[in-house]
Amino acid sequence: MKKFLTLLLVVFVCTNCSDDVDDIVNATQINPVFSFTHNWEGIPVTNANFNSVQYTNANGEMLSIERLRYVISDIVFTTTSNEVLELDAYNLVDVTNNNNLVFQVPFTIPIGNYNNVSFTFGFDNEDNSENYADLNSASFNVPDMLGGGYHYMQFDGKYLDASNSEAPFNYHAIRAVDNPGMSPTFPQDTFFTVNLGAVNITGETTFNIEVNLAEWFQNPNTWDLNQLNTVLMPNSAAQIQMFQNGQSVFSLGSVSQQ
Amino acid sequence: MKKICYILCIVLFIVSCSSSDNEGYTPVAVDLEIPEIFSSNILPPVIPNTNPLTEEGIALGKRLFFDRILSADETISCASCHSPQNAFSDNSATSVGVDGLSGTRNSMPLFNLAWNYNERFAWDGKELSLERQVIEPVQNPLEMHSDWDDVINKLQGHPEYPELFSRAFNTSTITQDLVTKAIAQFERTMISANSKFDRYSLGQATLTPQELNGLDVFLREDKGDCFHCHGNPNNPLWTDNDFHNNGLDATFTDLGLGAVSGDPNDNGKFRSPSLRNLVYTAPYMHDGRFQTLDDVIDFYSEGLQNSPTIDPLMKNIDQGGAQLSPEDKADLKAFLLTLSDPSFLTNPAFQN
Repeated sequence: MKKFLTLLLVVFVCTNCSDDVDDIVNATQINPVFSFTHNWEGIPVTNANFNSVQYTNANGEMLSIERLRYVISDIVFTTTSNEVLELDAYNLVDVTNNNNLVFQVPFTIPIGNYNNVSFTFGFDNEDNSENYADLNSASFNVPDMLGGGYHYMQFDGKYLDASNSEAPFNYHAIRAVDNPGMSPTFPQDTFFTVNLGAVNITGETTFNIEVNLAEWFQNPNTWDLNQLNTVLMPNSAAQIQMFQNGQSVFSLGSVSQQ
Repeated sequence: MKKICYILCIVLFIVSCSSSDNEGYTPVAVDLEIPEIFSSNILPPVIPNTNPLTEEGIALGKRLFFDRILSADETISCASCHSPQNAFSDNSATSVGVDGLSGTRNSMPLFNLAWNYNERFAWDGKELSLERQVIEPVQNPLEMHSDWDDVINKLQGHPEYPELFSRAFNTSTITQDLVTKAIAQFERTMISANSKFDRYSLGQATLTPQELNGLDVFLREDKGDCFHCHGNPNNPLWTDNDFHNNGLDATFTDLGLGAVSGDPNDNGKFRSPSLRNLVYTAPYMHDGRFQTLDDVIDFYSEGLQNSPTIDPLMKNIDQGGAQLSPEDKADLKAFLLTLSDPSFLTNPAFQN
């Protein structure tokens, strides 16, 4: 019995020691969180606002949102000594189903000062060539003759056309591609980096990302839905315009720390 | 120390007692054998912790699936409307129940159900799990028209079922919950993943030029653009299991998902069926309105009807749809037929 009690004591002490070690580690490393909220020129947009023609784009067309989901990936923290901590993770933000609007990155970073934090809209070309079971299951693929990989964004809705009738638009962002078929070519990259700027991380941190959907239609290219509405995936010029307009869609609203 | 010893003895006694209470037959756990085409491309199947697969549970579910005892007059079973030779659908537009009355929906084929990640079943998504799905057809007046209490009494008084339930669930007290669990277990084993296209994807078969062109039509946004709702070579379920108004009607006699959700924006939306095994599952659509695959392709090419909830993925609505050439239609059909899996129809595991 004495031996048994001694063993119990050792186990008890070891368990408590290991908890202490975990606490120390947890105090210096955090899993960053990215929270995405959406708006149309400052007016909040959630899936509760879908399916109703109520937004006006820069070209004057009224439109509704019926489906919206997009991928962000490769979260990068750049330290004050320019060390790059790249967190190789991705997240499908599914506004339609209110899924994954808050993304806790499954990797940790040390607390401290960072010169910049960034993420990628879509996938870089290397990541885009990988096989993701969750994105396949979500039917987010791009056909092989268009280069394969995945949609960066699927943004579907309806707009009022010149005859004031509802017509569909499929604003699908992918890697721009020419010569669809067995040997497609890629005129330029259309994923892009969203820079959030410097941050001093002192504890559990949430980056509140604001996504102004109106920017997809206005800056620098005024988007004419009467001209560019559907079948945009094989339209490399349209993809490049999406890439250009996307640069001003995402911004850092605030940083919450505990 | 004496007290500690007493406490230890009591704990030991309680543990021993509870162990002996649980003695009995332990059903044999089954790991679902996942086809390579699935395991290498899509997420694992949904197997609820509350209903793990066992050999005895699956066997019991299979027996119940084919047993007419579930229907009021014992004239039809699940398999009457979900027949193996029709990929567990049937060949009528709407199935006829025990009272000779037709339902309002086409019998959905049953396969790869464990990969319906959102677990919304039936054409309108009203059933929120496979287990819960089993409840409705048994008591639906247009289908089996049974009373569940009667069904349980019949099963309980059966010479064999109490023992089968005992082996599957460690109790011979039969309940509706256990009946639904057993049938759901069997249904989760019904996997179809051995089509010509599956073998092509695995490098074990080749497609003809016509079939390859059909795949191209299927995938091209400026042609069929079928893939946004019906999967692609990387999603071998060939459905998104989501709900869409695909432009069948300008006005709705059947609200589909809208009747379930109460949201008018869902009116006319129905779950995308898988395109696997299409050749065995005619007629098509939620109401079985199209007799042939050609009718379906013609509809998507020239027959779309506009309505407020039509999915924005449906294009060229004012021209009726995709406007496919006769050659593209024939090629698309040839491709769709490569999704047929005849081995699924004859798999002994799924026969009565």
